[in-house]
Amino acid sequence: MTKQEALYQYLLQLGDNALIQSHRLSEWCSKGPILEEDLALTNIALDYIGRAQNLLHYAGEVEGKGQSADQLAYRRPEHQYYNNLIAEMPKGDFAFTIAKQLLISTYELLLYTELCHSKDETLAGIAGKAIKEVRYHWTHSRDWCYRLGKGTVLSNELLQQAVNDLWMYTGEQFEMGAEEELMLKEVIGCDNKALQNKWLEMVETVLSDSNIKIPTATYNQSGGRKGIHTENMGHILSEMQYLQRAYPEAIW
Amino acid sequence: MVKESYLREEILALLSEIKDPEIPVVTIEEMGMLRDVILSDKGCEILLTPTYTACPAMGIIEQDILSTLKEAGIDNAKVTMVFAPAWTTDWMSETTKEKLIRFGIAAPVHSSCSNWLSPKNVEVKCPKCESTDTKLISQFGSTACKALYSCNHCHEPFDYFKCH
Ligand SMILES: [Zn+2]
Repeated sequence: MTKQEALYQYLLQLGDNALIQSHRLSEWCSKGPILEEDLALTNIALDYIGRAQNLLHYAGEVEGKGQSADQLAYRRPEHQYYNNLIAEMPKGDFAFTIAKQLLISTYELLLYTELCHSKDETLAGIAGKAIKEVRYHWTHSRDWCYRLGKGTVLSNELLQQAVNDLWMYTGEQFEMGAEEELMLKEVIGCDNKALQNKWLEMVETVLSDSNIKIPTATYNQSGGRKGIHTENMGHILSEMQYLQRAYPEAIW
Repeated sequence: MVKESYLREEILALLSEIKDPEIPVVTIEEMGMLRDVILSDKGCEILLTPTYTACPAMGIIEQDILSTLKEAGIDNAKVTMVFAPAWTTDWMSETTKEKLIRFGIAAPVHSSCSNWLSPKNVEVKCPKCESTDTKLISQFGSTACKALYSCNHCHEPFDYFKCH
């Protein structure tokens, strides 16, 4: 694998995580529990789509075959998407989305802080922009964990159940593939493994402050970053890619 | 009148007139989005930095730039997005902040780099009655750049331009 191939792959992973997250959050549009949350979740979805656009645009440049961000986002088959499985989990109820956001945005907070120091100037620039937005996403999910965890018996139960159900998909975020090892060596990417302890500490703090127990199960399911997805992915793509596949090159 | 050639400063001056489509009381120059103009034999390259990664206004601004230049007779222009250094609300001058307040938007009060973990400690002044007795309704408001506040004194809701 050349440095260029590894960077392309690395950008696709980052971009796909943002794209799929954005899609799931956008499913809340007009379905939020209160108006302010409808706006919050769709605003966060917008931040993610912007990040996906920048990363995939840059991935297309690095690949050098003239693929645009839209072509990468809407024309690839399922096994060529490299997002973590946790991103494609269904939006579930509000507690499930909040738990998902906490587990993902805590990772992103650590990841994008590191990527701000990437030797690749474009990636560092995108990260510098993204980190400011991730901070807002993180505080949003943290504050909702407090409210749900310390709210009613039911809201606590729903949040606890969501954390339990999502836990086995969190480990994948810290895996290192061959392209990531190479990116780390080139001081372009980040050492995911090194983020895990800090991640656990931050997540534990928020959850225990919300009266939520940390799951003890240690089994981890992964595969997304190798292109092996859960059954959710096909459903996402059938909706997300429908228009571009039915009407190729359609624009506003 | 269409001139034959322009200096970098003249093009910057032309573009400095373009308003932010979402906050039409400030220009893209005042917002700090317009970074530079590079003239070469290939044409004219405008360096623009996005305020937010997905700011929907960026597409409109790009079109406004190209049409402004076209009117002045500059056809071979292109807009390039630059991400570094990342745009920050710290680049807004006091005058720009005053304009935001007069428009009804509370201006960002501190740098995004400090204090982000506890934004509740931030004292946001109501743009209508200037009371500091205000409360955060939602960190996410009508556009990517704003949070929603309400004033405990005059009871008006208002937008707050978030620190970034
Ligand atoms: Zn007031």
